[in-house]
Formats: sequence, structure tokens, C-alpha cells
Amino acid sequence: MTALTPLLAVGDLFPRGMLPYLLGGLLVGAGASVIYLATGIIAGASTFLESSLSYVSDVDRFNRFKYIQSRGWRVVFTAGIVSGAALWAFALGPAVVPTMDPGVWTTDVEWWRLLGGGVLVGVGTRLGKGCTSGHGVCGVGSMSNTSLVNVATFLTFAIGTAQLVQATGVAP
Amino acid sequence: MSDATDGGPDDRHPLFLPVIYAGGLIFGLGLAISGMARPEVVLDFLQFEDFGLLFVMGGAAVVTGIVFAVATRLDSTAPLTGSEYTRRVKEFDRNVVVGGVVFGVGWGISGICPGAAYASVGIGNLPILWAIAGMFLGAYAQGYLRSRRSTA
Repeated sequence: MTALTPLLAVGDLFPRGMLPYLLGGLLVGAGASVIYLATGIIAGASTFLESSLSYVSDVDRFNRFKYIQSRGWRVVFTAGIVSGAALWAFALGPAVVPTMDPGVWTTDVEWWRLLGGGVLVGVGTRLGKGCTSGHGVCGVGSMSNTSLVNVATFLTFAIGTAQLVQATGVAP
Repeated sequence: MSDATDGGPDDRHPLFLPVIYAGGLIFGLGLAISGMARPEVVLDFLQFEDFGLLFVMGGAAVVTGIVFAVATRLDSTAPLTGSEYTRRVKEFDRNVVVGGVVFGVGWGISGICPGAAYASVGIGNLPILWAIAGMFLGAYAQGYLRSRRSTA
């Protein structure tokens, strides 16, 4: 893929090219915008974790009015995310990109990293009031100081952690 | 958090859920195209081997930035809910920073964040269910401890 990139210097920074990233980002923003324009709701992905827990847990925090009231549409929003990704992986993608393998793709990241990292993501996003979509996309888009601080914090620590992981020789 | 104005499940516009689904679908399509649904792509970014993710977050924030800026200046309300187009600014407190640190470390270890994890299920990446199980565990743990502390 690097051989197809016209500028070597830029190719080094973007070994997979830039177009998929930009197109993907614009669509992520468009999805959030459709929901905002139609409903006034600023959609985030991590609240789903807590609002869905209200279906199975009687812990006070998960049964607050705003979670009970929004848990239904948050399930629908998440189902939409899953189907949109499936639509690309199994239908649109292979049709548009001839070199794309239409099969299932699975990660090589170890299960214990996914589970352990997942626990921290679950704690951190809920404690910090949002994740990459609520703070990162919507919060930064609306120039919220709270979101900008949160994003700067999680980006810094994510980069530090990932570099540390890499330095210890754990791949990928 | 503008949910308080959407009227609740009983008196919703018939198009409310279909539009939420369609928005989620476009959102997930974008996550799959961008590669963010693959932890390897995210880790390559965090390890400075591929800076493409800047375009994902930047491109998405520019779109929402323009849409939010225009909508909040309009003298109209959201058609499906009647909600005003507000700029939701979350309150700043210590948790915003502490949560950011914990989330950042988790993101750096696993290469996965909530929206991208849901999208990853859609591309057939079943091992990601480990990460989703972890996220629910983490969300439960903090909710349980915070609820207990506030009633104690």
C-alpha cells in the first residue's frame, strides 16, 4: 500500500493513505449530525453502557431518570452502529474497494488486553462523562472546555500507555 | 444529556427511533471505513506509526462543529422532539480529568473505545466481545461504588 502513496514523506505518516480516514471521519460526524438535527440529542456511545445496565441492575446510579428514559433509543443507536459497520465490511466495502476481503476480520490484540483495557475504558468514560464520541467528536465540535480538557488528557495517557506497551515488546 | 426534553418513550414522533437508527448506521459505517473499528489501526496511531486517526477525529469534529454552530443560531427546534438546539456543555470537575486518565490508559492498552467496539462487532471481530464485557464490568463497578458512596 505504501508503494501507491505518491509522496514518500507523507506516505510515511499515512501508510494506509488518508482517504479512508477522512471519509470515515466525515461520516462519523454526519451520523452524529443527523441525530442532532432531527432530535436535538448530542449522541455519545459510552452512556449506553450505564443506561443498559438499568435493565438488569437495581443500582441507583443506573436507574436515574435520564438513563431509564434514554436506554431504549441508546440500544437502537448501538444497533445502528453495529449494522453500519457490518454493511461496510460485508457489502459496500467489497463492492467499492476491489482489493478488500469481504470476510470476517478479527484482531490480534490479546484477549487479556481487550478485557483489562475494556474495564478501564468502562470506568474512565463513565467517570469522565464521555468518550471519543461524546467528548471527542461532539464536545470538541462544540468547543466545550470540559471536553477539550478530557480529550487532551485521554489522548496524552493513551499515547504514553501504548508506547509503553510497545516498548515492552507486546505486539501489536 | 438533552434527553430530558425528548418527551420520553410514550409520546415520541414515529420517526424518532428510525432516525436514531439511521444516524447510528452512518456513524458505524464511518467507524468501519476509517479503520477505527480495528484496535490495530488505533494502536498504530497511538504508537506514531500511522497518523490517519487525526483525520477521523478531526473530520468528524469539523462536521459536528459546523452543524452545531449553524443549528444553535437557527430560530427553530428539532423537528422530531421539539427540543431547542442547545450547546450541551458538561460541567467540569475533577472526575473529568481522572476519568480521562483512566480511559486513556485503557484505550492505550486495548486500542478500543466504546463506539469503535460496537462497530467492531459489526465487522465480525468477535474477540472484541472481551473488550465490551470489560467495559460493562468497568461501568458497573464505578456505578456500584458511586451509588454506595452517595447513599452511605
